[in-house]
Amino acid sequence: MKVSEIQKVLSAKQFNDVEEELSVDYGYSCDLMSDVLAFAQNNDVLLTGTVNPQVIRTCQMVDIRVIVFVRCKEPTQELIDQATKAGILLLGTHYSMYMASSLLYMAGLPGEEIENDF
Amino acid sequence: MTFNYEVDASVPEMAGRASTEFKSVLKQLGVSAKVIRRISIAMYEGEINMVIHANGGTITCQVDENQIEIVMADVGPGIPDLDLAMKAGWSTASPQARELGFGAGMGMPNMKKFSDEMEVETQIGVGTTLTLRFNLAA
Repeated sequence: MKVSEIQKVLSAKQFNDVEEELSVDYGYSCDLMSDVLAFAQNNDVLLTGTVNPQVIRTCQMVDIRVIVFVRCKEPTQELIDQATKAGILLLGTHYSMYMASSLLYMAGLPGEEIENDF
Repeated sequence: MTFNYEVDASVPEMAGRASTEFKSVLKQLGVSAKVIRRISIAMYEGEINMVIHANGGTITCQVDENQIEIVMADVGPGIPDLDLAMKAGWSTASPQARELGFGAGMGMPNMKKFSDEMEVETQIGVGTTLTLRFNLAA
């Protein structure tokens, strides 16, 4: 799914620019960065309500290029600069994590399969 | 080749700098993307642990032809119960660490999951040294 479609589906605000046009294959919704490290495997967009530098670092580690901050959370300018330097696009939506995830799923963006067993 | 990093816990916002820098080094060295990803995840979890639990420390990365070894040494409080620490979902992280998005009890399990070998030496009141090894041979 192209970023332009994500923006349209979520009525999303764009906080920065990156050089290339990005697209994603999966969505992953989470506030826990260790879970992102463990389970976000395949060119995801991350939906999160956590807004701090570790979110950007985490995405750098697992090559996530698009982050959507939910519930009108706004990143600081410092965080925006950090993301731009890392080539990560930041979007924001007024939707809750549940609603934003649902809307993207209904628009055709699948979720990651979790490989863990109970 | 050896690469050394200092982990400063006094600036939690900087946690992950060593892992980010070493990831760039690995890219320049032409290590495969899959291996880089595993190393980055495991090293970053270790670096975060050093910041949120152990007042920082040092990371030494040794790159050889067939293996990459990462040694993370801190002079923190030590791990009282290693079996519990290895259990997914168990955490002693502070509220501040949780605000950063950590403390889900996945740090040690993630390091084990993404490395080929993991060794932990820990002593209460002395510190913890964690060694991660990654095979490069196909």
